[in-house]
Amino acid sequence: MSGANVVEELPSLSGLPTGGQGFVHTLRGGHGFCSRMANLGFTTGAAVTVVQNIGRGPMLVSVRGTLVALGRAEAAKVVVKTILDKVKG
Amino acid sequence: MSHCDIAANEADDVRLPGQLTIALAGQPNVGKSTVFNMLTGLNQHVGNWPGKTVEQKTGICRHNGISVNLVDLPGIYSLTANSEEERIARDYLIREQPDAVIALVSAASLERNLYLVAELLSLQLPLVLGLNMSDVAEQHGIRVEPHVLSAALGVKVIPLVASRNQGVKELIAEAVQLARDPSDWYPNRPAIRPEHGPILATMRDLVTDYTPDHYDTDWIALKLLEGDNEITNLMREALPEETWERVHALLLEHEDAYLDIAGGRYEWIGRMVRAAVTQPRVGAISLTGRLDKVATHPLGGLVFLLGIFGLVFWLTYTLATPVIDWLGVNILAPLGEWLASALANAPAWLSGLAVNGLIGGVGTVLSFLPILVIFFAALGILEDVGYLARGAYVMDRFMHLMGLHGRSFLPLFLGFGCNVPAILGSRIIEERRARLLTILLAPLVPCAARLAVITFLAPAFFGEAAVLVMWGLVGLNLLALAVFGVLVNRVVFRGAHTAFIMELPLYHVPNARTIGLYMWNNTKGFIEKAGTLILLASIAVWALSTLPGRGVDESWLAALGRGLAPVGRLMGMGDWRIIVALLTSFVAKENTIATLGILYSNGQGTVDLARQVAVILEPAARLAFLIVQMMFIPCLATVAVIRQETVSWRWTFANILMMLGLSMGVGIAVYQIGRLL
Repeated sequence: MSGANVVEELPSLSGLPTGGQGFVHTLRGGHGFCSRMANLGFTTGAAVTVVQNIGRGPMLVSVRGTLVALGRAEAAKVVVKTILDKVKG
Repeated sequence: MSHCDIAANEADDVRLPGQLTIALAGQPNVGKSTVFNMLTGLNQHVGNWPGKTVEQKTGICRHNGISVNLVDLPGIYSLTANSEEERIARDYLIREQPDAVIALVSAASLERNLYLVAELLSLQLPLVLGLNMSDVAEQHGIRVEPHVLSAALGVKVIPLVASRNQGVKELIAEAVQLARDPSDWYPNRPAIRPEHGPILATMRDLVTDYTPDHYDTDWIALKLLEGDNEITNLMREALPEETWERVHALLLEHEDAYLDIAGGRYEWIGRMVRAAVTQPRVGAISLTGRLDKVATHPLGGLVFLLGIFGLVFWLTYTLATPVIDWLGVNILAPLGEWLASALANAPAWLSGLAVNGLIGGVGTVLSFLPILVIFFAALGILEDVGYLARGAYVMDRFMHLMGLHGRSFLPLFLGFGCNVPAILGSRIIEERRARLLTILLAPLVPCAARLAVITFLAPAFFGEAAVLVMWGLVGLNLLALAVFGVLVNRVVFRGAHTAFIMELPLYHVPNARTIGLYMWNNTKGFIEKAGTLILLASIAVWALSTLPGRGVDESWLAALGRGLAPVGRLMGMGDWRIIVALLTSFVAKENTIATLGILYSNGQGTVDLARQVAVILEPAARLAFLIVQMMFIPCLATVAVIRQETVSWRWTFANILMMLGLSMGVGIAVYQIGRLL
């Protein structure tokens, strides 16, 4: 991630590269999905780290000390605030 | 505590007098089955929850002369009814009111594991906390102080390393003590965020007079705000219309409350663990991280996965084959001889039934046992180590296309050996719909027996082109699998997207006892359920091929084959013997050859058999015959385990019809098109 372009809209988790960090802002999607994700620890303010994201297919995310595999569609529904400075090169 | 008095008075009929019932609850990957196995050993019963396909494990454990009925609840993340498992666990806790609950958490993922504990505490059941896997946590630089945690929660916290049997006795001792005397148990309960207090109070006032039996008003109010489907429906029924409308309006107004409630619980957990947990230093790469560099690598992980599964496959069949042969020579053959001599004076039909029907059926069941034992051992190890979730992750991008879960890959892959372990192996898929789809598709994977039949016939049928034809046949089956996967997913399941959300547990050393019991329970289940069905059906098929007693040519089975000849003609198989050979493949796929041998050479063995059959069929019909053989209805043992695993005759017959329709359809199409060419 270049970090140069300032995005108006907040990115989703699927947009973060490997090593990217952020905080959960909101969850989009149906009630059942949001409830499952919230129970797993994806609640507003929770710190998330992308452990693997190769740009397609499922990705690996670390939340509250747990490694979670998320489908791309699921990750796209997690809106995050990023810490651009902490993104590893 | 009032609810305990209620529980004591309302002794339900499941509970024996003087016996304590303790439930074991926990999220997945906290070592719950290890603790359960340590406590109950072989004193356990594995079945299904009434009317459900979810496995239920109960067991008896003795502590200081007290017999404790231990109920292992399904591994769940919360008590919100998002899955069947969660619903089962919740209903059990509320309706059956166990005397105490053991909540098991892993020190390595304490924060998230405590989420379930926060929910359990609001159910008001006496609870002790088992803090497991501190060894794994320490490997990852995490330290938890049990005393500090206990002081914060107001709940007894017992540290244990279940895989080394440390602390398990202390845990049950504490649970028994609490179950017998919960009078001074005052835990710290999670409170809702202050800004939601008034709404919760309003909700409570609305529902308080209409709370159904067993339920707690506070809890009902909370679950309504969380938007829990089941509780919402329950209260819609229970409340007078006018009250329901007020509740409904309140819910609409606070539609997003559930996210805040979940967030609030995590805030509460954060306060509880802050003093008790030391986190690893930032940037430290753990053992799991290092192993995952390979295991979850998009390409390397795939190679690794295929290597591991190839090894499982090879081990299963290399080790099992000699054992199966040994069983045949040393157990089955003597048993048959003994039966024959014992029944020498009995009527011919009786000795025939016993020696051919019964021993045949027992033989089929026995021949599966070595395969299943080794297969379950391998599966148990992979699951217990924590690898299976990685394999599922790597495969998910491919399986997803068929609406399948990444975890479906392992069972389907093993189907190449035998469809029976494939279907039993579908248990590793938690999601019900994905599991059902995997079970329905598994018979399309060509098993070793079917591959043996086409290997035997193809060279005589197609000469030089045989290898090409065989690859084509396997490819056709896999293509059918993919097409059916997409179709069933679109049509039957309406294309519902299966959300892929899966925890990858930390790697840890497997526990021999857990794996041993996993093998034992699964193999026992197969013998008890599928075994009986296989035995009965084997006898029935034997009877069909023997009665009314004038040889196979004149049997009812032959009559059936002749009756079906018109259908066979559509595929170029007008000869009834070909049809009978296909029909007997229902007992076991390799029977096709044996039956052809009996019908074409009058029992003179299989020398030149393939060529004799080739002469009878025109080339297009030969291809059609092999295709039908590859896609025909699943064998008896497979049907038995489909029934066992789906707990539904409807899905079992749907699968038989699907395979029958597919094999006939493709067979007819290939023959008719082939004839024109």
